[in-house]
Amino acid sequence: MVLQKEKVVVKNLYKIFGQKSDRAFKLLEQNFSKDEIFQKTGLTVGVKDASFTVYEGEIFVIMGLSGSGKSTLVRLLNRLIEPSAGSVIVDGKDVSAMPHNELVKFRLKNMSMVFQSFALMPHLSVLENTAFGLKLAGIPEDQRNQRAQEALEQVGLNGWEHASPEQLSGGMQQRVGLARALAVDPDIMLMDEAFSALDPLIRAEMQDELLTLQEQHKRTIIFISHDLDEAIRIGDRIAIMQHGEVVQVGTSDEILRSPANDYVKSFFKGVDPTNILLASDIVRNNHPTLIITKGGNIRTAQEYLSNSDRDYCYLLNAEKRLLGVVSTESLRDAAEEHSPSAALAHAYLQDVATVNLDDALTEIQPIVASSPCPVPVFNEKQQFKGVISKSRFLRILHKPEQIINQVHEA
Amino acid sequence: MFSLDIIPLDESIIPLSEWISDGIDWLVLNFRDFFQLIKLPVELTLHGITQGLTALPFYIPILLITLIAWKASGKRLALFTLLSFIAIACLGLWEATMTTLAMVIASVVFCGVIGIPLGVLAGRSPLFEAVMRPCLDAMQTTPAFVYLVPIVMLFSIGNTAGVLATIIFALPPIIRLTCLGIRQVHPELIEAAQAFGASELQVLFQVQLPLALPTILAGLNQTIMMALSMVVIAALIGAGGLGSPVVLGLNTLDTGQAAVGGLAIVLLAVILDRITQSIAKK
Repeated sequence: MVLQKEKVVVKNLYKIFGQKSDRAFKLLEQNFSKDEIFQKTGLTVGVKDASFTVYEGEIFVIMGLSGSGKSTLVRLLNRLIEPSAGSVIVDGKDVSAMPHNELVKFRLKNMSMVFQSFALMPHLSVLENTAFGLKLAGIPEDQRNQRAQEALEQVGLNGWEHASPEQLSGGMQQRVGLARALAVDPDIMLMDEAFSALDPLIRAEMQDELLTLQEQHKRTIIFISHDLDEAIRIGDRIAIMQHGEVVQVGTSDEILRSPANDYVKSFFKGVDPTNILLASDIVRNNHPTLIITKGGNIRTAQEYLSNSDRDYCYLLNAEKRLLGVVSTESLRDAAEEHSPSAALAHAYLQDVATVNLDDALTEIQPIVASSPCPVPVFNEKQQFKGVISKSRFLRILHKPEQIINQVHEA
Repeated sequence: MFSLDIIPLDESIIPLSEWISDGIDWLVLNFRDFFQLIKLPVELTLHGITQGLTALPFYIPILLITLIAWKASGKRLALFTLLSFIAIACLGLWEATMTTLAMVIASVVFCGVIGIPLGVLAGRSPLFEAVMRPCLDAMQTTPAFVYLVPIVMLFSIGNTAGVLATIIFALPPIIRLTCLGIRQVHPELIEAAQAFGASELQVLFQVQLPLALPTILAGLNQTIMMALSMVVIAALIGAGGLGSPVVLGLNTLDTGQAAVGGLAIVLLAVILDRITQSIAKK
C-alpha cells in the first residue's frame, strides 16, 4: 500500500460513564472486565484503551455488535461525548484538549456527521436542512443555498428542495442527511450506522452512491456499522470492537486471514466468501501444463494428456505466458482433420476466458461458470499461475470455512 | 404514661402567622421603594395598552380584533368575534371589557417575558428545574386570596396591583410548557446541530426554540385563560374591568349584574382562546 498521510490518530482513548470514573481506571489496571466493573462500581466502561490511525482519503469502518462501544467511540472523535482519558489527534491537532469555542470551530470546518436516525430538522425544508451547517458557519443565504443545491444534486435529490423531510422516504431522508454532511465540504465525515435503518436494497444503493462520491472526491470517512457485509463492501480498512475495546484493525482480507480471536472469527461465519476471497486464494496448479519452446505437435500433447487423468492441457511458452488450451476432444478433432504430427495451434480452444490473481470471487464467478474449461489464472506479469475449476468454485460456495481455514494454514 | 397533652391542637405554639405578618410589615417599611420600582414597568405597560384600547372610537378595536380572528382562524370566528363585541357594547360593558383586555394583555406580555426565559433555563438545566418546580407548585395551588393582602400592602390597590396578582397566578403554565417543549426536542437533533458546529445559542435559537414553539404557544394559551379567570378575583383589590360588576353583583346579591359581567368574560375568553389556538396550530 502507498504510504498515506495520517489523518486521525486515536491514542489510548477511554470513556467511562458515571460519576467518579477514577474508580473504574483503578479496576481496569487490575484487569477487571467491563461487567465486573459495572457490578462493583455502577460505572460503565464505554470505550477502553482504543488506539488506531485513520489515513487520509480512506473509508475506515468501525464494526461491532450493539453495545460494543462503536457509537460512543465515534462521538468521542468530535467530542459529542467527552473522553475520560486519551487523545484524538486530527491533522496534528489534539481535539480532546481543545477549548470549547475552538472545538465548535473545528466541528464547523473539519468534521460532519451522518446519523442512523437521519436527525433532520422537521421545521426546515430539505434545502434548509442541507444548508444547515453552512448557516451555522455564517455563510450568506444565496451562497449557502447554491452549495446546498449542489450537494442535493450530488445525491440525486434535485427537485425536492422545498419539500419537508417528513414527505420523503427513509432512503431519501438519508440522502438529505448525506447532502447536509457533504455541503460543508468536510475533510472528515463521521457516519454513525448511516445506512442501518434502510431496507437492504436501498442500503446497497446508498453504499454504491457513497463509493461513487468517494471516487469523485476522496474524503476521510469513518463509518460505524454492525454489518460485516457493509464493512467489507465499503471499507478500505476495518476496526473490530468488542466490549469497548478495539480488538483488531486491518483490511477485510487481513482480518479474515488471521482473526484476532473467536469473536472476530464469529463475525465472518455468515459472510459470503465471494466478497472477500480472491482468485489467488483458490487457484490450483493441478492441471497439466506443457511448456513449448519450439513448435510441439498434437501427438505429444495427446500422449501427455492421456497419462494424466485430466481433460485439458495448458500450453505455455518459456516465460510462462499462455499460448493456448487444448482438450482431449480438440486434439482428437485436429488430428483427424489435419494429422497427428500437425502443429498444436490447430487444436487450440477458441475464446478461452482468463482471470487475474487479484480478482475477487464475485467478479470471476460468471467467467468460471460459463467457461468450458477450468479458467486459467495469471499474475500481474501475465504469467500462468494455475486454474480455477467449476467444482473448486462450487465447493467454496458450499463450505467457505473449510477454504478459509486452508487459507489460514497456508 | 407519657402524655402528648403538651400539644394543644387548637392554638398554635409556632406563631408562623405572626412571623409572616411581621415579615411583610418589615418589607413594606424598608423596601416600599423597591416594590414601587417593580411596579413601574407594569404600570406603564398597562397604562399604554389601556390608553390605546379606550382612546380609539369603539369600532376600531372591534374591527382590529375581528380582523385578527379572521386572519388567524377564518370567517366563522371573525363573525363570532364581531357579534360578541357588539353584544358586549350593547350591554354597556364596553369600557370594562377594554380594561380587562388591557389587563390580560399586560399580564400575558410580562408572563411571556419572564416565563419563556425561565422555562428555557428549566428545560436546559435539570437542577434549575428541580428548584423551580416547588415554586411553580406553590404559585398554582396557593389560593389567590392569600397573596392579595401582601400585594395590596406592597403595591397598593388598583389595576396595576391586579395585573401583578394576575402575573403570579398565570405564570406557571408558560414556564412549565416552555420547559416541556425544550425537553421534548429529540436529543439526536441537538447532537446533529452540535456535530455541525452549532454553539449553545445556535442550538437554542435554531433548533430547540423553533421545535418547542407549538408547545410554548399552548402554554401561552393556558396563561391567557388563567389571566382571564384571575380578573374577577383581582377586582377584590380594586382592579376595574369585568370583575367589578361580578364582585358588585355578589356583594349586593344582584344576580343579573353578576351574570352579565360573567357572560362578557366568557365571550372574551372564547375569542382569545380560539385566536391563540389557531395561531398555535399554524
